Formats: sequence, structure tokens, C-alpha cells
Amino acid sequence: MSEATTAPNTMQKVPFRGGGFNPVAKRGAGIVVFLVLLALVEWGTRTGWISNLTLPRPSDVGATLVELWQSGMLWTHLAPSLSRLAVGSVLGVSAGVGVGVMIGLFSYVRAGLVPLVAALFPIPKIALLPLFVIWFGIDEGSKYALIALGTFTPTIVSTYGAVDNVDRTLVRMGQSFGLSWMSIVRKIVLPGALPGILSGLRVSIAIGIILLVAAEMLGAEYGIGAYILQAGSLYDLERLFAGVMILSVLGVLTSWAIGLLEKRLLRWRS
Amino acid sequence: MGRWPAHSSMDLTLENITHRYGGMTVLQDVSLHIPAGEIMCVIGPSGCGKSTLLRLIGGLERPEAGQVLQSGTPPEGCLNPLTYVFQDFALLPWRTVQGNISLVLEDHGIRGRAADQIITDVLARTKLSDFRTALPRQLSGGMKQRVAIARALAVRPAVLLLDEPLSALDAQTRELLMEDLVGLWARQPFTAVYVTHNLAEAVRLGHRIAVLSRRPGQVREVVEIDTPLRDRRAGDAKLDALQAHLWNLMKQEAMAADQELLHV
Repeated sequence: MSEATTAPNTMQKVPFRGGGFNPVAKRGAGIVVFLVLLALVEWGTRTGWISNLTLPRPSDVGATLVELWQSGMLWTHLAPSLSRLAVGSVLGVSAGVGVGVMIGLFSYVRAGLVPLVAALFPIPKIALLPLFVIWFGIDEGSKYALIALGTFTPTIVSTYGAVDNVDRTLVRMGQSFGLSWMSIVRKIVLPGALPGILSGLRVSIAIGIILLVAAEMLGAEYGIGAYILQAGSLYDLERLFAGVMILSVLGVLTSWAIGLLEKRLLRWRS
Repeated sequence: MGRWPAHSSMDLTLENITHRYGGMTVLQDVSLHIPAGEIMCVIGPSGCGKSTLLRLIGGLERPEAGQVLQSGTPPEGCLNPLTYVFQDFALLPWRTVQGNISLVLEDHGIRGRAADQIITDVLARTKLSDFRTALPRQLSGGMKQRVAIARALAVRPAVLLLDEPLSALDAQTRELLMEDLVGLWARQPFTAVYVTHNLAEAVRLGHRIAVLSRRPGQVREVVEIDTPLRDRRAGDAKLDALQAHLWNLMKQEAMAADQELLHV
């Protein structure tokens, strides 16, 4: 600095100070972190640094998964789980979107239902399972109902939030051109709310997976939850972790599927 | 057959309009007459209720007292007599240029070939023919406003209500769009209410200029300009004098309004 004042003619490069604070997608970094963690656990369990009561050996968990696959039991457990998740969350999400849009559009519905939703949302739905067993039977019915209710409330909240966030100037524009109420809802409000509805869907489906396992832990012969519960009561860590792995993969896959849906439906965003 | 009202025959009359928002009077006893085929510019300091006035004129809001009257018949084939052009364009980002225009035709049952014809025509008149399938995010601000103008033309309005249509644009784009508007009017004169805070725009485009006072907005003066739109050039002594006169009217109001905002 003092050099600059004493020798005004020397040229200096202006230092760059603008980097950072700008998240960029780095491909493969996630996989590397995952692999490093796995390698660490594998090394730890092999050397005895981690006792095999604390964590199972990753390679053993892998072997368990392969065995599960080869014996055909994987599908036996996965098929009922997937169908429960699908039926339950389709019911919950579609009802949630419907009610959420109604809340967003009609003041009376909003005034009447928002407090109810606020009361329902924080209830741990698992606590209601015994009740659902009485209402809907011990079979699939109670499981569908549990997942449906669990996905219903978060979907409502995200949907009416999304409807509220639709640009009002676009609605005014529609009115100023004399569009019918139906047209405004169909062509302006719903497409405008779609980004918010889809991002709410991620949360709802994740909650759906959590509740799926909870439901299967109570009264299910087959299903990922039943498989995990069995393994847990036998303290069979390899199988327990194999089950957890399957759930993780399920979560990643649904999130990826929603991402794909977003890419297709929201192409109009940059 | 042009898309514009061939001889727009709709007059608008505002009678003693008063409007309040939660106890605060925004407009007080505003009376104006907007003759057919003329552009009426409304200027005033920010917060004087210009945009509110425009919303009242087009029926997007109800005045607390007074009324807006339309007389005469809208031109043949007019789908939406009072049509807005908004400051922030109000284009649906999920629809293409073409889709944004067809949006306002679909509800009138105009689809397919008929809609296509109208869209082609209005896009040609707003110099947008090459951008028919572009999405709004791919367009510059000036282009977006052109799309909004094309959309307004598509419904063959009797009166155009323009709410600071050029305020979100840079100076060069504004200049170009003003020329376009003058060109459109010269081809087929239309009735318009043009709200702006930009005196240069008002002097360039207005046949009459209504000056509103600060809140509560009242009509201070209505200035008539008889120079034809096409002959108005930058540096015209008469127009410059007029602009100076308007600025004098506005200056005190603007300063007072500015001071008032500090107290809020």
C-alpha cells in the first residue's frame, strides 16, 4: 500500500476477491464420501478397532443383501412394502393436494380447516396405529390409512402455501382479460403452484417411508419393516443394516424420481 | 380487417371517484373524461393513486364513491373492451409467447386456425414473429412487454389501460417501445389511459395529460397537446416548455410526498 503511494507508476494486478459462496454441483463427491466412510468401517471392524457388536462389517451386510436377493426373499419383502407405500401415499397425496388447493382458494375452507390441520400435523401418526387397526382391520387397510394420513397433512400445508405464493399479478391479469374462474384456477393457479407442490412431495414421500416401516413393525409378516424388526429382535446387525440400506435406496430413488418429474414439468424455469 | 378497433367509439367518463384503503384516502373526487381515439396520460408523484385509478377504470377494483362510465359500443369482434398492459408484463412463465396470447383467446372459444391467424397478426405487428415459440425467460424486458402488448391487441380492445408499461425497462428500450406505440396508434388510433411517472413519456404519447396531486390524489390540471403524435421530436421547443410546466406542477407535489413518506 505504501509502495503504491511512493511509486505511483508501478503497476500491480488487482487481486481477485470474489470467489466462494457459490455452491456448484460437483459430480461424484457424494459417492466418494460414502465410499470413504464404508472403507473406514470395514477397516475398523477387520482390525477389531470397532467391535462387531457396535457395527456390522460392510462386506457382511453386502453378502446378506446378495443372499436376500438370491433366495428371492428380497422381493417377498419389498413387493408388499412398495405396494403399501404406493397405495397409501397416492391416497394421502391426492387428498392432500385437493384439500390444500381448496384451502388456498376459499377463505371459508381456510378458516375452517387450517386449525384442524395444525392440530393433526404434530400427532405422531404411529400412536394412532392401534386405533387404525380397529377402524381399518389388521390387514393392509390400517397400513394404507397410516401412510395416507401421514402424507396427507404435510401435502396440505405445502400445497396451500404454494397456492398462496402464486403471483397475484398473474391472477389479476387473468381476471382483466375476462377469463373464467375455472380457467384461472386451471391455467394460472395450478401451474403456478406446481413447483411448491412438487417440493412438498419430497417431504411427504419421505414421511411415507418412515411410516411404512413403523406400520410394518406392528403386525406384518412380510415387508421391509417386518424384516428389520425381526433382525433387531435377534440382534442380527447384518440383516438390520441390510434392511436399512434398502430403505435408504428407496428414499434416494423416490427423490430422484421426483427430481425427474420436476425436470419434465418445470422445464419453463431456467 | 385490422385487429384494432377500426374507429374506436368508446368513451370513458370518471365521475367523482373517491377511494380509501383502510381509512387512508388515496383518491379524492377525481373526475375525468377520456374521449375515444385519444391517449390520456395520467401522471403524478409516487403513491398518488395513479395505479389505483387505473384498476378502478378497468373494474379490477370498486371505487368507494363515484363511478366509471363507459359509453358507446365496443368495436366489432372485441373480446375484452377494457384491456390492461401491466408494468411487470404478467406473462405466464410456463407458456410460450404463442401460448400466452392464446390464453386470452381460449376462453372465448377461439382455437385452432382462427387463434393462429390472430396470433400471427399481432406478433407481426409487434415485430415478434420470430419468437413465437420462445418462453418468457428467454426474452429481454422489452420483448416481454411487446408480448404483453401483442396479447392485449389480440382481444381487440376498445380501450387500452397501460400501467407504467415502460417503467421496468432501460432507457433505450423505452425509447424503442415508445416509437412502436406511436406507430401502432398512427396505423389505427386507439383509446388509451396511460399511467406513468415519466414526464417524457407523457409528453410524447399523450393527447391529454392529467396531473394528479399527491395523496389524496386529485386532478390538478388536464393539459391538452395538439401536436400530432408522429410530429413529436426530442428538442421540440413547445413540448419542452410543456414538460417544464408539468415538472413545475409535479415538483412541489413530489417533494411534499417525499417528506410525507418519512413521517410514516
